[in-house]
Amino acid sequence: MNVVAKKPRTIPESSLIGTRIPKMDAPEKASGRTRYIHDINLSGQLYGKILRSARVHARIVAIDTSAAKALPGVHVVLTAADVPDQRPIGVARDHFPLKGDRVRSQRDEIAAVAAESEEIAAAALKLIKVVYEDLPVIADPEDAIKPGAPLLHPAPAGAQPAGATVAHRGKADNIAMRFDYAHGDVVQGEAESDVVIEDTFKLHYVTHCCMGVSGMIAEFDASGSLLMYSNTQVPFLHKREFAEYLNMDPARVRIIQPPIGGGFGSKLDIYPFEVICLFLARAARRPVKLVFSREEEFLASPTRQPVLLTLRSGCKKDGTLTFRQVHTLHDNGAYTSWGATTPFVMMQTFSSLYRVPHCDYHTVAVYTNNPYAGSFRGYGNLQATFAIEQQMDEMAAAIGMDPLAFRLKNAQHTGEVTGQGMEFKSCGFTDCLNTAAQRSDFSRKFADNAAERNQPGHLKRGIGMASMLHVGGGAKIYPSDGCGTILKMDDFANVTLITGASEIGQGSETVLSQLVCEELGLPISALTVVNNDTAITPWDVGVHASRTTFIAGNSAIGAAKKAKTKILAVAAQKFGCTAEELDLRGGCVIKAADGEVVTELSKLIRNLHFSDKAELVMTTFYYEPPSVHQGKDYKGDVSAAYAWATQVVEVEVDTDTGIVRMLKVTGAHDVGRVLNRLGIEGQVEGGIVMGQGYALTENLMIENGVMKNPNFRDYKLITAPEIPEMDVSFIESMDGEGPQGAKGIGEAPAICIAAATANAIANATGVRLYDLPFTPERVYRALHGQTPKLYWKPWVPAA
Amino acid sequence: MSPKHDIEFALNGIRQRVTVPATMNTLEMLRDVLGLTGTKYGCGEGECGACTIQVDGVSMNSCLMFAVDCDGRELTTIEGLANDTRADALRASFVEHGAVQCGFCTPGMVMQADHLLHKHPEPDAETIKAGIEGNICRCTGYKKIVDAIACVGCTNK
Repeated sequence: MNVVAKKPRTIPESSLIGTRIPKMDAPEKASGRTRYIHDINLSGQLYGKILRSARVHARIVAIDTSAAKALPGVHVVLTAADVPDQRPIGVARDHFPLKGDRVRSQRDEIAAVAAESEEIAAAALKLIKVVYEDLPVIADPEDAIKPGAPLLHPAPAGAQPAGATVAHRGKADNIAMRFDYAHGDVVQGEAESDVVIEDTFKLHYVTHCCMGVSGMIAEFDASGSLLMYSNTQVPFLHKREFAEYLNMDPARVRIIQPPIGGGFGSKLDIYPFEVICLFLARAARRPVKLVFSREEEFLASPTRQPVLLTLRSGCKKDGTLTFRQVHTLHDNGAYTSWGATTPFVMMQTFSSLYRVPHCDYHTVAVYTNNPYAGSFRGYGNLQATFAIEQQMDEMAAAIGMDPLAFRLKNAQHTGEVTGQGMEFKSCGFTDCLNTAAQRSDFSRKFADNAAERNQPGHLKRGIGMASMLHVGGGAKIYPSDGCGTILKMDDFANVTLITGASEIGQGSETVLSQLVCEELGLPISALTVVNNDTAITPWDVGVHASRTTFIAGNSAIGAAKKAKTKILAVAAQKFGCTAEELDLRGGCVIKAADGEVVTELSKLIRNLHFSDKAELVMTTFYYEPPSVHQGKDYKGDVSAAYAWATQVVEVEVDTDTGIVRMLKVTGAHDVGRVLNRLGIEGQVEGGIVMGQGYALTENLMIENGVMKNPNFRDYKLITAPEIPEMDVSFIESMDGEGPQGAKGIGEAPAICIAAATANAIANATGVRLYDLPFTPERVYRALHGQTPKLYWKPWVPAA
Repeated sequence: MSPKHDIEFALNGIRQRVTVPATMNTLEMLRDVLGLTGTKYGCGEGECGACTIQVDGVSMNSCLMFAVDCDGRELTTIEGLANDTRADALRASFVEHGAVQCGFCTPGMVMQADHLLHKHPEPDAETIKAGIEGNICRCTGYKKIVDAIACVGCTNK
């Protein structure tokens, strides 16, 4: 028998960062096993349905629910009168879940039913009789701000409780919110300008169209505690808010989020249907499931904020920007959701995407009888960028400068602090501009297309660019912008990562696992993620503002580092060395110097568990980014890092039909650092196509407050044959605060597309379009001189 | 309540006998009567493809098909692709290519892709795009879905 000395095993260095890691929940999803809210049924469950207004604006004279209540199988019928304790909901607390005296939009909730089946619930709704007295419809925000316009929220009769909300005391005008921001002196800026340009832009209604429709299941247990299965993007904030609406202790509210069929910002606010579902469950003492139809999803979901915007900008002959003055009119719709607050983001783009010494920004959000706007991927930045980036091209043309050179001259750099107080600690903007321009051969094509514009033929090629700035390191819109992590390790060195971060399809569970594995030297297969139950997971402010990778990522790394410290300390003691001499790699404790295996990690941890002084490897970490809450003047560094991008769009315009085909998008994104290459490509490609829909096809048509196309036939989403060729580059600026150097990316890729498309159409045809979407009819009319120049005279109410 | 009918058909290779209302569509029957929730409701109007199944080997929007019309037919749903080699490759390809994000459109997309690969074992990108035209995805921008299907097609060569 030969005895061979066992060679020490070594593990070479390797990294997961930048690799392509398949989404951890994808196998379940691809086999149809994933249970979304629609697929969950509880025993004893009833089905909820909501009666919505048949009118756009009306007084409710009478509601008769007697026939509905008498229908066999109906458990509960509720109107506002049955819930006298209901509290106002929404960002401005300006509406009740069930409307009692007045309906202000087509979606308004009047009554709700809980029944044995969906069919019975639907039949019961038809038996409810409502008598309306029509009121004048205010469909145009410009009408709504005219002196003497009828009020959307007049003060109700009778004394109101002290400190009452808008829903209680009404409003003396139709102004929902105002935003006024300034730095520098625009009068001086204009005086210094060689060129001044003023345009009005009009941005339309679009909506999220999550493939999974909205829904909720609510159940109260025997002691009155509430369990919700909810698609919310912000479970911890909503836990508190739901408790407020039910006048109960938040400690007794638990939210479980089943896998969510798309979010895109739509699930940031609490909507009436959710509170109504709770009312039904409370009254019925049974679980109640309430799920929308697709038509209802269109009618009763938020929209992207429609905006009318007049922008006045100036520059010097040498290409230096001098000032920007912005006025926007936001159509708030009947009630206030997050759409009204998009100026927080919009003003950042106006004040800080480029170096602008003087900036003046004003928004008035006004109530109308239209659908109300919520938060939607990009959060006002698509609208702001659409205006700014078109004027960048216009100004460059006016001074005879190449659009790329003009942008490069005014682009922000690392280390700059803007007039609004944003500090760019990592900024790859110049690299984004140059990379996107080089890869698309921008300057040559731009010149060639312009030269060929007047040649015969009806097919014209165009190329256009646009850039963007967006929060990439969280956004301190609440007093905290943090996220908690709990990490525990089992006997086999498998890790359970319990995170506050919510997953809506963006891949957070995979990227967070990757960051933990990188610290602990484990394969992705060693990770289990728990991320969907407020009774288990630590606190977080939710999935929004492109914050999850950055905030939850730093939190996960923090917990993993603590675990690593603990493990290495134990190993050092056991093996008679210092912790610094050891590291974790390939599921083993190794010598840091040469990678030689000291012991398998699982063995070490089992020893730990079974020793006399048994110890667990379980750590917690809470990460709060170094950002600040803005003051009332909106100045301050709201995000710990900022993301940058330049996207170049190439189109073919058929001047005979007005049809615009998007041929290619070349994008360069400063993402700090690529973590999961597969995931980040997916975010960017999906965002580009969402931006393409915003630019070309999607249009929620509202006429006199009535939605004309609440379905996928007439609301045109982009389908596979229409997608452009996509060339995406990543600029790695290695943010000092970011997890492994990364910054947020979720919203960024959708932001520039409409603006770049407008510039491409102008390059192709010489005609500039100021309102979206670029449907064949709109393009055709503009090309054939049938579109008068849009102009909205800025209106500023007395302060 | 509408009149009810007794029907018989094969579902994923298993004989089924059910009683369904005349007004019920196949999607509702699959989800609510038979408890197979892999087939998704996206619009109920045949516009989004989330409810795609195969009937006698042909892909269909199950929301547009009356349940009673399943009588005597062979239905395959996403659950029924479980032991199929091509479907295994397809699912694995969707996972590896990052073709799944929120995943709600994915079962319908996989069913449509499976049908496409049956008709065109080696489809080019344009054929794939045309083949999944009726399936809406809001997350991915389709590119990775096209790549995933194309990759399975390549291995058929």
